Amino acid sequence: MTNVATETRSVVVEREMPYPPEKLWRALTQPHLLEGWLMKNDFSPAVEHRFKFSGDWGAVDCRVLEVEPNRRLAYTWGAMGLESVVTWTLTPTPGGARLRMEHVGFRPDQEQAYRGATAGWQRMVGALEDLLARID
Amino acid sequence: MSNGLQDELFRSLGDPTRRAIFERLCREGEQTVGALTADAGVSQPAVSKHLGVLKRAGLVSERRQGRQTHYSAQRSALAPLLDWTRRMTEFWEGRFDDLEDLLKRMDQ
Repeated sequence: MTNVATETRSVVVEREMPYPPEKLWRALTQPHLLEGWLMKNDFSPAVEHRFKFSGDWGAVDCRVLEVEPNRRLAYTWGAMGLESVVTWTLTPTPGGARLRMEHVGFRPDQEQAYRGATAGWQRMVGALEDLLARID
Repeated sequence: MSNGLQDELFRSLGDPTRRAIFERLCREGEQTVGALTADAGVSQPAVSKHLGVLKRAGLVSERRQGRQTHYSAQRSALAPLLDWTRRMTEFWEGRFDDLEDLLKRMDQ
């Protein structure tokens, strides 16, 4: 539990899909398809576009960071006071494509870019975990 | 992935004064409002209000003794917050399953 403040916390999910990248890209970027597996949204594949994912538990505030059709898509993911970044990468394979999702939060070098909630959050989690580790 | 209490938890700790109060309770154990006010840099009513928010989030519990109320930190309430990686992994694994189902339907 120590030194979390300087660590990157990330979640990576990766799967081989028997579909071409173009088809996966549609599922990742067309609002009606996105809604079918993720959440209701007003997504548009344009850098700096701000959008929301709405679930029954609340909304996620997002901003598009990168759009590289059929290859790479990244957006911020702001939920519950934490702003993190979700990046999708598509790599063609002989049988279709490998789809990789990386969701990264708490990266100290993002503090400049994502001030406010994120920076406070990173310091807070780091400080609390350090504290809890010390008194355990 | 989330619920009301968890939102409350994130919101409560988003405020630096509240965070400082909570950290102090973790570090030094049970305290009265008066003792907390002495170091908080804000008024006693403000400290009481912060304690109320922390209490609603389950981060702080209170114990009355005579005319004094003693506050202590409930560290176990932090568990969902420290468990971000596990929760998000579960969330995205589930979404990938739904995505695969959708892709199958797109074929038809």
